[in-house]
Amino acid sequence: MNLTRKKSRKAVVAQEDCVACGCCVKVCPTYSIRVKNGIAAEVDWDKCVGCGRCARECPASIIEIKEAEL
Amino acid sequence: MKKQWYDYLWIVSLAYLILGFFNILFAWLGLLCFFIPLIIAVIGGNKAYCNRYCGRGQLLGLLGGRFGLSRKRDLPRWVRSKGFRYGFLIFFFIMFFQMLWNTYLVFAGVQNLRQMVTLLWTFRLPWHWAYHGGAVAPWAAQFAFGFYSVMLTSTLLGLITMVFFKPRSWCVYCPMGTMTQLICRVKHKKERLDYR
Repeated sequence: MNLTRKKSRKAVVAQEDCVACGCCVKVCPTYSIRVKNGIAAEVDWDKCVGCGRCARECPASIIEIKEAEL
Repeated sequence: MKKQWYDYLWIVSLAYLILGFFNILFAWLGLLCFFIPLIIAVIGGNKAYCNRYCGRGQLLGLLGGRFGLSRKRDLPRWVRSKGFRYGFLIFFFIMFFQMLWNTYLVFAGVQNLRQMVTLLWTFRLPWHWAYHGGAVAPWAAQFAFGFYSVMLTSTLLGLITMVFFKPRSWCVYCPMGTMTQLICRVKHKKERLDYR
């Protein structure tokens, strides 16, 4: 078992379906989402705490909170 | 998160709708909502308008969020699909050009000015109290009636989807949002190709 790896909950954006409206950016408490080049939202996993506010806000419902292995 | 000046642009959106009720010529100001996002997308290559400055989005967010007028359910999958989003954009374009054509007919003297607002491209509502005559050419008033119809129709659709689905559901199929995202995609693809 590799003890240096840990699991954590992170926001995952289905970028292909993102409408780049920026609703997620407004509600993120850790400023970890941005809309890159007006195309899709991008999450900085180093800052994301997996609270799920962006997922609840997203009108296209394309953000999921998933267990991610860091 | 500290509020910025642009977080209050929902007031401008609301004022726009109210002003058009009293004087239809204010509808011309709505062109700003068309040109500003396009200019930002073409020059800046981003969707800052949607992300920050869209007063309509803020208004829907406020009514559906803080005022609790939204059921906050997921939009049906087909509304979120690319096919629907681009299809709605094309439909919107066609209706927009039809409105421009009507303006032209009044300009050419073929058609008389119709002091009506058309809701959902179908229902004609009397709106004569908002036209006080004389100040501008009839075609300019016809454009104002047509443009206000576009703005009122899209607001109504936004409000309906806000109530049944998430507050800013309109943003998913907003034609301006779809168009500016398309411009950004093309612009950044071109930049990537030029870079190579």
